[in-house]
Amino acid sequence: MRHSTTFLMSLIVASILVLMFLNLVLGSVSIPLKSVWNILCGLGNEPVTWQNIVWKSRLPQALTALVAGAGLAISGLQMQTVFRNPLAGPSVLGISSGASMGVAFVVLLSGSLGGVALSKLGFMGEIALSVAAVIGALSVMALIVYVSQKVKGNVTLLIIGVMIGYVANAVIGVLKFFSVEEDIRAYVVWGLGSFSRVSGNQMMLFVAIMAVLILLSFLLIKTLNLMLLGDGYARNLGLNIKRARLLVITSAGILTAIVTAYCGPVIFLGLAVPHLCRAIFQTSDHRVLMPAVLFAGAALALACNLIARMPGFEGALPVNSVTALVGAPVVASVLFRKRKNELNE
Amino acid sequence: MMKQDTIHINDLSIGYRTKHEIKRVASHIQARICSGELTCLLGENGVGKSTLLRTLSAFQPKLEGEITVLGREVGSYSDKELSTTIGVVLTEKCDIRNMSVRELVEMGRSPYTGFWGRLGKADKRIVEESITLVRIGNLASRMVHTLSDGERQKVMIAKALAQETPVIFLDEPTAFLDFPSKVEIMQLLHHLTRSMNKTIFLSTHDLELALQIADKVWLMDRTNGITTGTPEDLALSGHLSGFFARKGIVFDTETGLFRIDNQYSREIRLVGHGQRYAMVRKALQRNGIRAVRNVESLVWIDTGDRGTGSAFLICYPDGHIQATDTIESLLQQLSV
Repeated sequence: MRHSTTFLMSLIVASILVLMFLNLVLGSVSIPLKSVWNILCGLGNEPVTWQNIVWKSRLPQALTALVAGAGLAISGLQMQTVFRNPLAGPSVLGISSGASMGVAFVVLLSGSLGGVALSKLGFMGEIALSVAAVIGALSVMALIVYVSQKVKGNVTLLIIGVMIGYVANAVIGVLKFFSVEEDIRAYVVWGLGSFSRVSGNQMMLFVAIMAVLILLSFLLIKTLNLMLLGDGYARNLGLNIKRARLLVITSAGILTAIVTAYCGPVIFLGLAVPHLCRAIFQTSDHRVLMPAVLFAGAALALACNLIARMPGFEGALPVNSVTALVGAPVVASVLFRKRKNELNE
Repeated sequence: MMKQDTIHINDLSIGYRTKHEIKRVASHIQARICSGELTCLLGENGVGKSTLLRTLSAFQPKLEGEITVLGREVGSYSDKELSTTIGVVLTEKCDIRNMSVRELVEMGRSPYTGFWGRLGKADKRIVEESITLVRIGNLASRMVHTLSDGERQKVMIAKALAQETPVIFLDEPTAFLDFPSKVEIMQLLHHLTRSMNKTIFLSTHDLELALQIADKVWLMDRTNGITTGTPEDLALSGHLSGFFARKGIVFDTETGLFRIDNQYSREIRLVGHGQRYAMVRKALQRNGIRAVRNVESLVWIDTGDRGTGSAFLICYPDGHIQATDTIESLLQQLSV
């Protein structure tokens, strides 16, 4: 049992390496393998355009996808465990809706009130978007955490979260209604999700923040395992339920908030990867699942990014379409096959 | 084996405190629970059995009074200390997928394991011992969600054993089980109190089983609060019959068990002894005929132990005797 776990885990890690490599090599501009290698090692005199493509586009994009995928998957796993609900995911508590609301405020109001379309602001606009998304997501999360300390049942909390999401979406709707078309388009594009928006220094910051958060989330492994048993048993085994819920929701919420701020609301990964890993590894033990979703989330995000950038699509395909279009059948088939095996047992 | 008082309850009131009012479920409870004994809590639905159990296991605060566990007030225990003192088996059904029985029992060790929950050699040994004690060794590698209700209950008991707590509380452990499983669980728990000197306290609706297996019984009702004692003492003092004095149930003082009270339309003389006598009597009672040895009736029945083979004999006033082979045809002859 242990044996196959190690084997599967190394398989996923290997696939990350391969996908990372493919992400650097493949793209709408074809650059020979050897040149990519030389550019990465800082050798030779490769054309500056190629160097720029690799260093300023492909590498940041791949790293962003890697980290965002890992973060969303962990967030999803934490949510599914804390709410004991297979349909829970990073977006379920309205946290990504909160981020969207923050962005909607900035994008849609700047046009109507300030008279400047944000899309024309360039770099400053990018930062404004990230900040707005983080503020939006974190304020919704603060609300959720506050509610989580007040209400007892997980289902109640889940429903309240979903309601907050609806309210946020309604606010966005109102904002859209009063906005100019150009801004709405900018908002919609943001909403499709993308790993290519993060560049340069921002990327370093993003990766650093996420690395710290992911490491911190690993501290909750034993807590999550106990939560599997349900509130009663977990308490009896010495777990402080209120504090545990606070920590897990905060961890999952911040992960989602940061990813959404930088990449837009990337759907599907957070919901699907934990299911995929539970099916593959046949366990609920978070000591296995946490690293598993970390790697699998990263791998899947890299794969999706690769497909979105396939020659022919010219980088135009939004990440959200790819994650759902490609990912959903894969996950469904894995779960389906597992179901059949169970029936045959 | 030393029997000790593990839990003292003094003038305890239980219930719920809301913003506007205090809902008192039971008050002035006076009782104690001993180690090495199986104590069963009996009472109607809604009388507050679960509330009492939840209060005793510190899941919810008491309203007034004292609960002393192993010489210390239960409120003074930290979460961690409680987790190594009281183990629970709850009614809430764990719908855990993708977790093996062994992994679930290992969870019982988590109060003792470190930050990552890694099990040491000693922990692993205790887990295996618990699995053996509950006799679920053949299930150890099965996934929990593939088990039957009875098997799952045993797994949860094994978890509580792995927790190594001197006290174990179980909230209706025999609910939803088929009869053999109920008996098995109760006997298992009884055995554990004896062999490991555990203090086991459980609530149940299976009063026949409880009266046969429990060392102590707590009767809980709205009017009298809680009455405690051995089943036998409670039977003699009339508490048991008073407790379940409802239409249709009588406490049979001869057997010390409950039976369904039938309305009798007539009486008949029944002669015989042993199992055949008891069975005929039971069948007649079900059909509204009170069968007694020392009553005069025109028609009487002999259960056929007087060298007449295996037939049941119906004796009519004119001296005519009819033999029947089964109780079914006997009942037919009596046209009931």
